[in-house]
Amino acid sequence: MPFVVRRLVTVVPTVLVVATVTFVALQVIPGDIAQIMLGIDARPEDLAQLRREFGLDRPLLVRYVEWLGHLARGHLGTSISYREPVTKLVVERLPVTLSVASSAMLVAAGLALPLGVIAARRAWSPLDLGVLAGSQVGLAVPTFWMGILLLLWLAAATPIFPLQGYVALSSHPLDWARHLVLPAVALGTERAAALVRLVRASVLDELTRDYVRTARGKGLLGSVILRRHVLRNALVPVLTVAGLQLGYLMGGTIVIEQVFGLPGLGRLLLQGIYARDLVVVQGAVIMIAVMFALLNLAVDLLYAVIDPRISYD
Amino acid sequence: MTLTTRRTWRATRTLAPVPVPRPRRRYNLPLLVGGTLVVVIAVAGVLAPVLSPWDPTAIDPVNRLKAPGGGHPLGTDRLGRDVLSRILFGSRIAVVVGAVAVAIGAGTGVTVGLVSGYRAGRVDAFLMRVVDGLMAFPALLLAILVVAALGPGHVQTMTAIGIVLIPTFARLARAQALAARNQEFVIAARALGASDVVVVFRHVLPNIAGPLLVQSTVAFSGAVLAEASLSYLGLGTQPPTPSWGGMLQEARDVLFVGPWLAIYPGIAIAAAVLGWNLFGDGLRDLLDPRMRRGPR
Repeated sequence: MPFVVRRLVTVVPTVLVVATVTFVALQVIPGDIAQIMLGIDARPEDLAQLRREFGLDRPLLVRYVEWLGHLARGHLGTSISYREPVTKLVVERLPVTLSVASSAMLVAAGLALPLGVIAARRAWSPLDLGVLAGSQVGLAVPTFWMGILLLLWLAAATPIFPLQGYVALSSHPLDWARHLVLPAVALGTERAAALVRLVRASVLDELTRDYVRTARGKGLLGSVILRRHVLRNALVPVLTVAGLQLGYLMGGTIVIEQVFGLPGLGRLLLQGIYARDLVVVQGAVIMIAVMFALLNLAVDLLYAVIDPRISYD
Repeated sequence: MTLTTRRTWRATRTLAPVPVPRPRRRYNLPLLVGGTLVVVIAVAGVLAPVLSPWDPTAIDPVNRLKAPGGGHPLGTDRLGRDVLSRILFGSRIAVVVGAVAVAIGAGTGVTVGLVSGYRAGRVDAFLMRVVDGLMAFPALLLAILVVAALGPGHVQTMTAIGIVLIPTFARLARAQALAARNQEFVIAARALGASDVVVVFRHVLPNIAGPLLVQSTVAFSGAVLAEASLSYLGLGTQPPTPSWGGMLQEARDVLFVGPWLAIYPGIAIAAAVLGWNLFGDGLRDLLDPRMRRGPR
């Protein structure tokens, strides 16, 4: 079986585990689910109708199997607060979250790669120590606080960046980019702080290898050695961690969407929690976790492009 | 010839010849700075009732949104509560949540990891699948899911963060236990008739305590950050109890009227996270003989 297919198959158990953990977490909660969803003032007939609608009067196992069946067909249920299918709500919001996460990754890579390489080339110099100290501070700054500071200092002071909201890429590409800059910087800077240390360590490690000495010995330009040999080798571990960080970014978007009022999956999840709409919570959690699994898969597949020594046959 | 010489010159100019090794320093700076920050925050938490100039929950409508200065060094919030007092009391929440969450995460995770690594076989396969299941979620998402199930609140937040920390500790303890299980001191203890529990907790655990201790400090900073994030989202510590994340949430509505409300609690969070991260880095260097600093 080709690697791609084999790797795709491994996503299935992950999704199953995610679905099961989510189901168990939200269905085995203390108290009456119908009461939690409708509130303590709910009328008995409404409670009875909700129990019937969600099958809450049936055994847990039956509900679980039925729910998995619906999930396999892409049905995530109907939201009680929005009165709409959760699949529709989730699909509408997915592009926002993906835009934020991918642009944040772009910012993280755009900052971490050059800074990490420069720091490695001047290892233990004041510049390098400055980058290391900066990365420690960057790791300690919460993304939402960074977002608040950006709102305070950039969005309020300049007309370039909007304070809140989102515009779809298809309707106005420039406005879409303008709305994404600050969330991407807030989320991406923290990830850059983590990545820069890895890029630095990885490049520093490669620079001591024999092949670099050979390349240098045969008179290759330093920039050529770096670009064609060192970076290609140094990027493999960086890509692994960057891939894992994309998952982290999927989690990070939940908070950033709240700071910048972006109508993404994270905001949907929080609105679901605030409105005690467990169907929405369930759907949003599963969608974010599935995206996390798929992004990790994409990173696995990308390895071969970066490092030809990795073969998937 | 000229070309070669020029190329060689450019090559040496654009790429450092050989990376210089890490210089040895007399002092473990990360441990010193990190340790100081951690101690300052812990002391601020313990002595909060003595150090606070005002009651952190006392509402004073007359002095609402007062800029820093005078009787309120860091200003007041929209209910007239003193920001400095709330930050000082907030450090209690940060320390308590961090400590309890790490205790839950490390206690459960290390036990699972030790049993898994030491017993191997089917027990290991089953426990590691459960751990993998928890790792299939982004950390913050899992914490939010647990809080969504248990409801918002202080205790629920500690539990949620503790659960999120379990997989890392379990994986680390398992790897260390797997490495230790066939070492001579373990075989010797077993030969002397020690039970599995005694071998694991009296012999294996002390030998892997170093990496676990370092992980605990990193987890502590993660827990502080997670508590702040959950409180910012309105799912963690609930008002009027002062928490740094909660203070930033309250600042959202008056961001441009009282910017100080959004600045000082953030500095407190960053200082706490930085402190624990540096402390962990310093501790790792201290425990690793290859990285040990000091005069040659």
